[in-house]
Amino acid sequence: MAGGGGGRGKRKKLQFSKIYSFRCGKQSLQDDHSQIGGPGFSRVVYCNEPDCFEAGIRDYASNYVSSTKYTLATFLPKSLFEQFRRVANFYFLVSGILAFTPLAPYTAVSAIVPLIIVVGATMVKEGIEDWRRKQQDIEVNNRKVKFHKGNGVFDYTEWKNLRVGDIVKVEKDQFFPADLLLLSSSYEDAICYVETMNLDGETNLKLKQALGVTVALQEDSDIRDFKAIVKCEDPNANLYSFVGTMEFEEQQHPLSPQQILLRDSKLRNTDYIYGAVIFTGQETKVIQNSTDPPSKRSRIERKMDKIIYLMFFILFLISFIGSIFFGVYTRDDLQNGRMKRWYLLPDDTTAYFDPRNAPLAAIYHFLTALMLYSYFIPISLYVSIEIVKVLQSMFINQDVHMYYEEADKPAHARTSNLNEELGQVDTILSDKTGTLTCNSMEFIKCTVAGIAYGRGITEVERAIDRKKGSPLRNDGVNGDVDLLSSNAKSSIKGFNFRDDRIMNGNWVNEDNADVIQKFFRVLALCHTAIPEVDEETGKVSYEAESPDEAAFVIAAREIGFEFYQRAQTSISVKELDLAFGKKVERVYQLLNVLEFNSTRKRMSVIVRDEERKILLLSKGADSVMFERLANNGKSFEEDTMEHMNEYADGGLRTLIIAYRELGDDEYTKFSKKFNEAKNSVSADRELLIDEAAETVEKDLILLGATAVEDKLQNGVPDCIDKLAQAGIKIWVLTGDKMETAINIGYACSLLRQGMKQIIISLESPEILALEKAGDKNVLGKASQESVLRQIKDGKKLLDASKGSTTEAFALIIDGRSLTYALKDDVKNLFLQLAIGCASVICCRSSPKQKALVTRLVKSGTGKTTLAIGDGANDVGMLQEADIGVGISGVEGMQAVMSSDIAIAQFRYLERLLLVHGHWCYRRISTMICYFFYKNITFGFSLFLFEAHTAFSGQSAYNDWFLSLFNVFFTSLPVMALGVFDQDVSARFCLRFPILYQEGVQNVLFSWRRILGWMGNGFTSAIIIFFFCIKALEEQAFRDDGQVAGYAIFGGIMYTCVVWVVNLQMALAVSYFTLIQHILIWGSIAIWYLFLVIYGAMSPTFSTTAYNLFIEALAPSPSYWIVTMFITISALVPYFTFSALQMRFFPMFHGTIQWIRHEGFSEDVEYCDMVRQSSIRPTTVGHTARLAAKSRREQNDNFGLG
Amino acid sequence: MENTDTSTSTVRRNSKRPRYSKFTQQELPACKPILTPRWVISAFMLISIVFIPIGVAALFASRDVVEIVDRYDSECIPANETDKVKYIQTPGEKSCNRTLTVPKRMKPPIFVYYQLDNFYQNHRRYVKSRNDQQLRDSKEANSVSGCKPEDFNNGSVIVPCGLIAWSLFNDTYSLSRNNITLNVSKKDISWKSDREHKFGKDVYPKNFQSGGLIGGGILDPNIPLSEQEDLIVWMRTAALPNFRKLYGKMEVELQENDVIDVTLGNNYNTYSFNGKKKLVLSTTSWLGGKNDFLGIAYLTVGGLCFFLAMAFTVVYLVKPRQLGDPSYLSWNRNPGWR
Repeated sequence: MAGGGGGRGKRKKLQFSKIYSFRCGKQSLQDDHSQIGGPGFSRVVYCNEPDCFEAGIRDYASNYVSSTKYTLATFLPKSLFEQFRRVANFYFLVSGILAFTPLAPYTAVSAIVPLIIVVGATMVKEGIEDWRRKQQDIEVNNRKVKFHKGNGVFDYTEWKNLRVGDIVKVEKDQFFPADLLLLSSSYEDAICYVETMNLDGETNLKLKQALGVTVALQEDSDIRDFKAIVKCEDPNANLYSFVGTMEFEEQQHPLSPQQILLRDSKLRNTDYIYGAVIFTGQETKVIQNSTDPPSKRSRIERKMDKIIYLMFFILFLISFIGSIFFGVYTRDDLQNGRMKRWYLLPDDTTAYFDPRNAPLAAIYHFLTALMLYSYFIPISLYVSIEIVKVLQSMFINQDVHMYYEEADKPAHARTSNLNEELGQVDTILSDKTGTLTCNSMEFIKCTVAGIAYGRGITEVERAIDRKKGSPLRNDGVNGDVDLLSSNAKSSIKGFNFRDDRIMNGNWVNEDNADVIQKFFRVLALCHTAIPEVDEETGKVSYEAESPDEAAFVIAAREIGFEFYQRAQTSISVKELDLAFGKKVERVYQLLNVLEFNSTRKRMSVIVRDEERKILLLSKGADSVMFERLANNGKSFEEDTMEHMNEYADGGLRTLIIAYRELGDDEYTKFSKKFNEAKNSVSADRELLIDEAAETVEKDLILLGATAVEDKLQNGVPDCIDKLAQAGIKIWVLTGDKMETAINIGYACSLLRQGMKQIIISLESPEILALEKAGDKNVLGKASQESVLRQIKDGKKLLDASKGSTTEAFALIIDGRSLTYALKDDVKNLFLQLAIGCASVICCRSSPKQKALVTRLVKSGTGKTTLAIGDGANDVGMLQEADIGVGISGVEGMQAVMSSDIAIAQFRYLERLLLVHGHWCYRRISTMICYFFYKNITFGFSLFLFEAHTAFSGQSAYNDWFLSLFNVFFTSLPVMALGVFDQDVSARFCLRFPILYQEGVQNVLFSWRRILGWMGNGFTSAIIIFFFCIKALEEQAFRDDGQVAGYAIFGGIMYTCVVWVVNLQMALAVSYFTLIQHILIWGSIAIWYLFLVIYGAMSPTFSTTAYNLFIEALAPSPSYWIVTMFITISALVPYFTFSALQMRFFPMFHGTIQWIRHEGFSEDVEYCDMVRQSSIRPTTVGHTARLAAKSRREQNDNFGLG
Repeated sequence: MENTDTSTSTVRRNSKRPRYSKFTQQELPACKPILTPRWVISAFMLISIVFIPIGVAALFASRDVVEIVDRYDSECIPANETDKVKYIQTPGEKSCNRTLTVPKRMKPPIFVYYQLDNFYQNHRRYVKSRNDQQLRDSKEANSVSGCKPEDFNNGSVIVPCGLIAWSLFNDTYSLSRNNITLNVSKKDISWKSDREHKFGKDVYPKNFQSGGLIGGGILDPNIPLSEQEDLIVWMRTAALPNFRKLYGKMEVELQENDVIDVTLGNNYNTYSFNGKKKLVLSTTSWLGGKNDFLGIAYLTVGGLCFFLAMAFTVVYLVKPRQLGDPSYLSWNRNPGWR
């Protein structure tokens, strides 16, 4: 059948299980297996018989995955419920209903229409957003996979159709559609490689192996009669455990995680596998692991709620005051049967005005007043903010500076809720792989025999050079830099090494040619990569477990040591023979592989060369390698060390290369011991292996060191530097090894030489010893104590250096310690320590830990956190953080799907935060302040008027004036402010990153500013109202002798309010485009237009406004003169205040506006001065690194002098 | 799977590259106003330059207006009457004579107003107590919604209904100079639109003031509402509790020191609620009646702005400082930063 035996008989049929020692191999899990069938372990899967009766009873979930919030049926009730959960909306709903009673101070229609508009608009927006999510779900659910239709026939079906028990065939580089039980693979021993990048972010391939009993299922047709029953645990979120048994051919076989392929991981290096579906859809481990996307609300919105509560308080307060007065007045109307205000006929009235029951009337009035003053609560605030945010996110999506050409991916704001939160980020928690780095390694430098080779320039060095302002550095020995070659993009992936001295075979002419030969030979032999020879071109490419290894073999190949074949026990290399000066093919017999692990920090192979010499070739971290050198093997130690420090400073990951020859006897002895260890079944098997390896990995002879650049994404150091200058803290949370993480820390200037590193780990001998003892309780306790002690020590160190500005600390903690550091009683101490450090790096952290750290930072500091990551392992963190930013890389969509904003490259974060974030923050906060300002102005003028109507609840304005105020005459300019306003242009935002601190310190939305704006609103209302009544009083209003009645008074006052709030907007705007002009002046014009049109309608409809403008207002000079006077006078206080503020207490954006205005922006020195004097010393980033370096040099000079 | 998707999308050859435009990149040309000293000073100067002349003009206009205000509510009660309310409520002629002296020459037209203080014509119950349909349309005579309790009288509708009409002002003034009666015209004292569109030409008062309790003025049932200008003026409710309403106008010129005799019919009850009644004779200017407030306010604000302009000039001259100087930034003073 299709592709059935494709992998068979083709190239190597390696029994990898023999090369590897399978550390994580078949551990006995008998204890756990006894639970099967009990509670929590009740799942029974009938493999290959999803239709059978028993499977039918169980009826497990389908493989359909849904991430939508609503369905068609639940949309209306659910979204309405969501809407009216908001206090303000609920209030408007209640007052809208009450408006149908005689309590209402205005007509019901005029009250309900704005509410319908507002709620309707929000629901439409919700609907569209959910529909988009639906589209994405459909895409995922409709991916195709081959499944067993029956009779050994496989056919494609959509993912969503898979059922528990189905047998699927997954081919190379496909994602697994559900959690599968591995049955067999294209390899004979049924192993397969899996990339779990989407789950845990680790890039190295994981090896999975099926049970021996199912290995034989090699062809599609073999599947036909396959039957098995799997009993296993219930769906759970634990990615790394699986408990189950398979009943196959009437025998029970225990299953372990080793046989489970998880959804969203990817099949690599394996042509195909067969697997049985165990968990589907929502029950898969990866989806169980992802919690429901929490609906996030920004800090500003949460504060806005508080303002709304404050407004409600004010509303209730003034209503209450009004009601008391009203009650008193009403009671007085009837005294001893005599009517006081007889014209109101108080003895013949409804309950609302009944003097005989004044308290009740007062209570009724209270309700009326609550409705009347509803204008204190901006009804359109929520919907305006939502519309504005949608438009803002369109700008984010449209930004060409955040478009990634190579992947054809623009930025994508998935939720628009958090735009302004982007302007307030205090801490960034970043994933490493795929986020900071592009997850490819490049061999860039090496030092051999004490001589440094390689003229490539690392990203970090480049960034530092740019900073210094010098052109490209003069690197290398000769000093002549071939600009062309260093600029030309390396055509070979993983290789960016340039040095004429050893490239193109020139190495033979070097003094130490023999050392160079040995060096590269080690690179060509000491690895576990698999070569793949392209049969047409003869080109060799490699599949390696880790990209570093690939980089080494590629480097060896490029220099002239081409590894082209791996057989079970041999490695074949084409290399130059020094004696003949010709390329020869050599076969090395592979005797042993001493694997890499995080405790050993080194890897060795033992080979026998063609001269039957036994060689141990070794590479490893400097910390373990230098101490293992032989006394006669240290000839280049000093130079190598010096070079290595340079490399580390340049952000490269380094490995020491060394070798030794083994005598036959020695090897035989070792071999015996090693094999014994390997074959042992006791718990300390690994320990025995390590011990055996230890015996030969000594007395090494140093050859040199390699420097591999874990290729940072473009512009990452620059971006980090900018973010650091903006005062944003950056934490790196990675699943990677500590060394790798530290290297990357160096590469992106989060770490640097001279920074004190506080390393918290559980690698100390005592803990390791306890680990061996195996008592979990003791171990836990000891670990806890150890971590606590280390944290306390760190804290002490930190406290001791307080006050010193130059000293910076870095905290590096590994995953296991993190488990203890995150415990309730320790975590606050840990947080304090971490906050005190300039950089924090958490390595080997699980997805859960990432989320927990994020939560700790978020809740512990109360500041805004942003998490950025690209893999499914970051999902928890992205959801936990205030803002989750997903990198829409090549791999998977998990992170993007659960993120709030997706960008294609880390470096876009700079623009996203410093430009868009800052703008959005500024816009939204100004907008909200203004909203409250205008509503207070309007609402308070109503109150002042009501106070002059004996608190009877009469409004000053016509009903439609009232209801259209928020919708027509004032809403558009404020939305334009929310969408378009810029304090300074993008260029200046980036030039002065510190401007970002306005958001972090929340100066634009502090209570002072909010209350200031509210005060401004009250002032405006008071000015408008009292000037109006003083100016209009009782005298004739124009030369015809008519006086200004209720309608005219309302019209004039309303005109003043419209003018004042719109001109106030004009004063607040700092970016006056044509749009602003149109909207601000347009709103005022619309008011006049409305007056004319509404006034021309029949008096039934227009009531008091009938012909108001045409007949009464427009022909009267006093109307215009009063309007002008009041408008200007109401603005003078604010204008004076801003002039004074600009003069004496300018905010940072004010200062920068000045710099721009006065043309100082081109003056580099001046800008630097501004920057320097206005920021705290940045502690990370290459600016800081440069500063630290110059300080160090100064100190050195001083020391010498 | 991913790959097949991308390849189908490349078939469309649609790059997702955002289109560049000044709008989408937020680079629209804009004026970016900032409060430079020059701006601040010129703005204040401009305001004062505009405001002061207007203030002067307004003040002159107000000074030109001649106004005679005579409060008569207490004087028109006989001295021996202790219960003013009882007095005013007893039916019968309650006339009263007042003399006014003209302080300055008054050019026609001279407007005659009555002024009521502490009368809440803007009370919600009062404002709503009318029915506009009924007033406008004879066919709608039966629509009395909102008019309670002045809607029906013995089962038949009242036209015009409601508290406003019911409480129509009914003091009368007759003015004479040297025993020659001055003609007070009641024509065109209301808004034209009210006469033409809000009060029907074929709507006649019906059942008005025929109930037990009589509120105020009586209307001639033979004159359509559109010609009952007293009612029309009264029904355009006032904004504030102290208000004037036009009583009529005179087309005669009054000379300085002319003595005007007023014979008042003191019928309207303001005594229950301690309201004042005033008779006002006033000319008008282009700006309306007499009110110095606007002129003075204009002058004050204009002067204030002038002062501010000067103050800012002094500040900028005496202590010139680079506005871009960052050492004044508030957060630099935050100790946490250093």
